[in-house]
Amino acid sequence: MSDFQRRRGAVGYLLLIPAALWLVLFFVVPFYSLLATSLYDPSGSDFRGYQMTYEWSNYTHALQDYWQPLVRSLIYGGVATLLCLLLGYVLAYAIAFKAGRWKNLLLVLVIAPFFTSFLVRTLSWKLILADDGIVVNTLQAVHLLGPDGRLLATPVAVIAGLTYNFLPFMVLPLFASIDKIDHRLIEASGDLYANPVVGFFKVTWPLSLPGVVSGTLLTFIPAVGDFINAQLLGSPNQRMVGSVIQSLFTDANDYPAAAALSMILMVLIVAMVLVYIRRAGTEELL
Amino acid sequence: MTGRWIRDHLVLMLGLLVLAYTFIPIAVVVLMSFNAPQSRLIYRFDGFTMHNWLNPCEDPSMCQALGRSIEIGLAATIVATILGTLAAFALVRHDFAGRSASNLLIFLPMASPEIVMGSSLLALFVASGLGGQLGFWTILVAHIMFCLSFVVVTVRARLAGLDDNLEQAAMDLYATPSQTFWRVTFPLVFPGILGAALLSFSLSFDDFIITNLNAGNTTTFPMYVWGVAQRGVPMQVNVVGTVMFLISIAIVLAGELRNRQRAKGLTAPTVAEDLAVQRAS
Amino acid sequence: MSQVAEQDKTAASGGEDFDGLRLRQVTKSFGAFTAVDDLDLDIPNGSFFALLGPSGCGKTTTLRMVAGLEIPTSGSITLGGDDITFAKPYRRPVNTVFQSYALFPHLDIFENVAFGLRRRKKSDVEAQVNKMLELVELTSQARKKPAQLSGGQQQRVALARALINEPQVLLLDEPLGALDLKLRRSMQIEIKRIQNEVGQTFVHVTHDQEEAMTMADTVAVMNRGVIEQMGSPSDLYENPRSTFVANFLGQSNLIEGAVTHRSADLVTVDMHGIGVSIPVARAHADGDRGWVGIRPEKVLIGELGEELDAPGNSVPGGVVTDVSFVGVSTQYLVRMPWGQELQVFQQNTGHRRLFRQGEQVELSWRPEYAFLLDYSQDAAAGAQRGAED
Repeated sequence: MSDFQRRRGAVGYLLLIPAALWLVLFFVVPFYSLLATSLYDPSGSDFRGYQMTYEWSNYTHALQDYWQPLVRSLIYGGVATLLCLLLGYVLAYAIAFKAGRWKNLLLVLVIAPFFTSFLVRTLSWKLILADDGIVVNTLQAVHLLGPDGRLLATPVAVIAGLTYNFLPFMVLPLFASIDKIDHRLIEASGDLYANPVVGFFKVTWPLSLPGVVSGTLLTFIPAVGDFINAQLLGSPNQRMVGSVIQSLFTDANDYPAAAALSMILMVLIVAMVLVYIRRAGTEELL
Repeated sequence: MTGRWIRDHLVLMLGLLVLAYTFIPIAVVVLMSFNAPQSRLIYRFDGFTMHNWLNPCEDPSMCQALGRSIEIGLAATIVATILGTLAAFALVRHDFAGRSASNLLIFLPMASPEIVMGSSLLALFVASGLGGQLGFWTILVAHIMFCLSFVVVTVRARLAGLDDNLEQAAMDLYATPSQTFWRVTFPLVFPGILGAALLSFSLSFDDFIITNLNAGNTTTFPMYVWGVAQRGVPMQVNVVGTVMFLISIAIVLAGELRNRQRAKGLTAPTVAEDLAVQRAS
Repeated sequence: MSQVAEQDKTAASGGEDFDGLRLRQVTKSFGAFTAVDDLDLDIPNGSFFALLGPSGCGKTTTLRMVAGLEIPTSGSITLGGDDITFAKPYRRPVNTVFQSYALFPHLDIFENVAFGLRRRKKSDVEAQVNKMLELVELTSQARKKPAQLSGGQQQRVALARALINEPQVLLLDEPLGALDLKLRRSMQIEIKRIQNEVGQTFVHVTHDQEEAMTMADTVAVMNRGVIEQMGSPSDLYENPRSTFVANFLGQSNLIEGAVTHRSADLVTVDMHGIGVSIPVARAHADGDRGWVGIRPEKVLIGELGEELDAPGNSVPGGVVTDVSFVGVSTQYLVRMPWGQELQVFQQNTGHRRLFRQGEQVELSWRPEYAFLLDYSQDAAAGAQRGAED
């Protein structure tokens, strides 16, 4: 209601245009290129050039050849997201409600490890989960793992790596949501005969849903597309779709197949996100 | 007594355990930076040495890749921070047709898988006949693109949280619009801009998936690590990892310390809080 | 515009050479909503003026237009004869103490106070700031940041930061709203002391009637974008001209009545069969019906047939329905034969006995304390004030 609120006029456009133009040129337009590439004649090559022949069969071929890594990526990403939610919720809740004056410091500590190179961190997981490493030896000693059992080159290692690497994407939005909850509401639920567990599920959890939704999205999307963890901690049996796309581009030089697979991944993720947001009833997040 | 204490502190304990878990690989990185390996092929701790710290550039190609990553990181940070900050001001302070479309445009890159963005850019570069010229410039273009959104949301959150009364008070106290901006608005938004710049640098420095697709023959540090991961990792990689960790800890703790000195109670949010806010938005 | 403010205009406007703050026909609309409606106001130099009203009555908008933070939709604002209606906020000799204080968090107390002087490139900044910090007793806090100060101290910094510029008019926008009751009382006295010392015009916006009456020498009661009544605090309290003022400032009993006779100095009203008389100067109703108003502490309560402080308007047939003992006084609710419950506050002087619930009583008041209000007004207007405090 004030004259000092948002100003109209050309200045707004001038400020926005450089960034918007950059995103249009290098984010939106590339999608068009990707779509076009996915419909090229697959018999072309990088050197001879490609013909636009509207080859929709690129898509069916991509699905036929690579449905396994695609499904695997969604499963690994999903499981890692759930694990992140579990660990991240505990951490975010503890920081928001139990850390007192150490809140800011702990928040900083959550982020700090993740400023260290993603690849270097993942390599250290390789060491930690190594066949004669402490984790494997301990698990073998308590017979959770057979004497020849290993963690590296199994789905367990890949999912563990994904969970670790994308944890802060979960913790930060969860924290932001939980931190906003008025602690008196939880006390009120206790006063109204809800035991702590019921109080959690009837008050804290529903109020933290916006954080849960944005956290799961920010974890799931990059986790599905990631292939560094699968490559460094897994075996070819754990190959994820990102790895397939990348090697189709760089090694096989099969651009149409790579582009088609990329499009399929994007469409799948967008569809899942939309369904998820609708079911969670949090459309306003977009 | 003890039972009650454990019950009261259970959540905090579990939270600290999770936090400790996030530091396990860091501990390994630090430890391995002092490792004297017996063989390049077996990745385990064999003995203590200062050698890696004293000879960081034993493999010159690592330091070259590191230098390349720093160059790209700085350039991408500068451009993305400037463009992103301008856009954040436009979105918070100005009203124009297409505001919500612009907000969506800024949100989408953060919600797209890197592999898809990387493929799209490669498809664009190849389609525009730049397929043979992939390298420093194509990487830079890509990095600016994915850093931009993070800058906009970080600065936007900071700017939106600014009390308009402060600017009105400045004008009431005889500050012209430009004085109001430079004496009040900018100093108050600056921590957000700084946080955005740090975030940009770390995103750029750390990126592998998009970079790898658009790098041509150029090698960045993550690409170097990726390459040596297959054939034996020099321990100096862990020296770099340790230094990065120490630098980031120093930066965030310095910010935290400054805030603690500045005030107890209501203050400007720290970089960490800015990040938390932008993630949630 | 109410008839009251018309009178004020003719009374206050001393021709064109008026050198205070003058608002003429000022209207401010936000879309379909009119926040301030055709407002005329003269505030003489050196006065402590309060704009009092419930939230949303237009008082803050009025203040912001004087500060230059809003531009009037129509009308003009002059200060010392200069038209400042469209002057930029940084070009008018007016400073504001903001409700939230709006202290610059990145500057220390000294620099906050020095801000205005530095913008105008004044010399001798240091000495002036130190003198001002002394006035508000914050010399020892000069190098602290605002967030390190208590609410009361921040309030004083906000005051110092505005006052140091020696504005012709100092605007205070609910300056004490964020403080607790005890601190608010002491700051009221503090601000009044400072105003006496510096002698500038203070315009104070508040919804707290007690605060306005304590601090200001002139109070304007605002409601729905117009001024209902303006005058000294005792004037407004003792002789309210509208039901809104009668209810918003303190409490009033308003009893329906029919005007039976008007003489040169008295109006006689038939109040449910009881004749009461009201001095003409206190009768603000033109029609043949009106609301007879009497403040609860002006009503005397006694036993049936008891001779109460004659010559009074005596009202028999009451029954005590509620008794609240509040220390300095006892507050009764008395149901009258026509069904209405009247409030009666009796000072606990110790000379009079307490009545119990259900007792038959007789009420009485001196005619010079009663007032008569226009029947077309809502008898409950302004009475909901308690809800927002």
